[in-house]
Amino acid sequence: MSEYIEHDRHGVSVGLVIRQQFTFAEPPNRMRLDSGAALGPITIAYETCGRLNAARSNAVLVLHALSGDAHVAGYHSKDDPKPGWWEFMVGPGKGIDTERYFVICSNILGSCGGTTGPCSINPDTQKPYGLTFPVVTIGDMVRAQKHLLDHLGIDQVLAVVGGSIGGMQVLQWCMRYPERVRAAIPLATTTRHSALAIAFNEVARQAIMTDPNFNGGDYYQGPKPATGLSLARMIGHITYLSDEAMRQKFGRRLQDKSDFSFNFDADFQVESYLRYQGSKFVERFDANSFCYITKAADYFDLQNQHGKGSLASAFANVRARFMVVSFTSDWLYPTYQSRAMVKAMKKNGLDVSFCEIQADCGHDAFLLPIDRLAEVISGFLRRVNNEA
Amino acid sequence: MRYDLQIIASWIEPGAKVLDLGCGGGDLLGYLRDRKQVRGTGIEKKEAKVAQCIAKGLTVLQGDINEEIEDYQDNSFDYVILSQTLQQVYEPSKIILTMLRIGRKGIVSFPNFSHWDVRLQLLLKGHAPVTPKLPYEWYDTPNIRVITIKDFQTFAKRIGIDILRQVAINTDNDDQTGRIVRFAPNLLATYGIFLIGR
Repeated sequence: MSEYIEHDRHGVSVGLVIRQQFTFAEPPNRMRLDSGAALGPITIAYETCGRLNAARSNAVLVLHALSGDAHVAGYHSKDDPKPGWWEFMVGPGKGIDTERYFVICSNILGSCGGTTGPCSINPDTQKPYGLTFPVVTIGDMVRAQKHLLDHLGIDQVLAVVGGSIGGMQVLQWCMRYPERVRAAIPLATTTRHSALAIAFNEVARQAIMTDPNFNGGDYYQGPKPATGLSLARMIGHITYLSDEAMRQKFGRRLQDKSDFSFNFDADFQVESYLRYQGSKFVERFDANSFCYITKAADYFDLQNQHGKGSLASAFANVRARFMVVSFTSDWLYPTYQSRAMVKAMKKNGLDVSFCEIQADCGHDAFLLPIDRLAEVISGFLRRVNNEA
Repeated sequence: MRYDLQIIASWIEPGAKVLDLGCGGGDLLGYLRDRKQVRGTGIEKKEAKVAQCIAKGLTVLQGDINEEIEDYQDNSFDYVILSQTLQQVYEPSKIILTMLRIGRKGIVSFPNFSHWDVRLQLLLKGHAPVTPKLPYEWYDTPNIRVITIKDFQTFAKRIGIDILRQVAINTDNDDQTGRIVRFAPNLLATYGIFLIGR
């Protein structure tokens, strides 16, 4: 979930990309949410790479995770120091080949990267929504994305692909709009959060909400709840790594010193790293969005919401062919959770491939440049494209 | 492609639905897809081979065949194939009966432990046999079941399944070529291949 990990540039970039926006659900035609509330107008920020073919059949919808945004690949300007968050995977000749596919990535509902969320201005009050923003679900995010596809004139996408919370959206797409998805690639994800995952999210949210600057979510005029958000990010980061990854990356090494300071400065490299990640995150992410998106992930429960308690029933109307990928050291969404969804797909006679990729970097593995991941994604997409 | 797989492929009708247990790098599934428009699925334990299959555009699940096979509904496949793996299976009758529950027919191939070379080694040298087809020592062999062509025939009767077709083969060293053995197969063949049904 920690998009914007720095990594080497692999291959050619898609180059310059432009962030676009699309607005719908203008009052009185607000969009009905799973909670029963109505929201509108809704603006979606999105980016595209590659070309939509004449048959409009080569679209690949990329769905980002907790802290990502629409900027999946390429650069916003010539001086842009950093490419999009999945530069390794999306581009000419890459795992998701922009020479073949039209890649769409939109910022999720409730986030803060240009799509309507708690930091957007509520037209009724002319002030940011803050906590008056309705609680949204993964299903609501997907419903908003469907409006975007309608707007782009795409009846059916070749594939939906995403990791973590992006993977939840992938699964949700297949259930809610089965006729609009040919193939699906859920990566490092789950059909519902374990108590462990909810627990970490709750601690992170409490860190934000008990920050004195949080002010009931109404902090946009004053100082941000930076301490709380930074703490939330530090907690999150621990869950995205693994014992092995941390041992390799930091061990017990000290940061810029040869002995303990005997005070509470960051002595260990791992402390210093987490603090840095936390403070960097505060610059680019909204604390309220963090609370809303993690809540949506905690509420996500396919077996209860679509299968009356049975995961196999939840997949009964699904038509997509699947490629499910998990990573050996992911303890946030461990492989057994991917196997459970694979089992449910098999019981429904769905076409499903599954691969557990050896990686010691934890949950974050899906964002890292792992050649094997690119190979399987590329092969799977080529196949479904040939079958089209 | 391995010679036993060539024979197996020749038994499968175009367009059939096939499950290949222990599909390795997907040689058989790829062949069946390209030459016979077969809709195939594979199960394979090793990540590298699974990834190789998916990269080739095949549908393959990483997992243990004994567990993965249980998830399928009855009659999900026309053929369920277990090639050169039966000798490594802990509960052979369970897996074969499950193969015939989820598939209309099953195809099983295995190395014949009563080949003359194996017999001679035991008889003359008194060592557990090590042959080109069975290259392991007793302490590192994955082959926990010693099966002969004759034994499989008895076994089929005992668990109440039909042998619909059988072929004994003798393959060359690379296993890519070989010939069918019609005379004294239990003595002269290196592999047995059986089409089974219920």
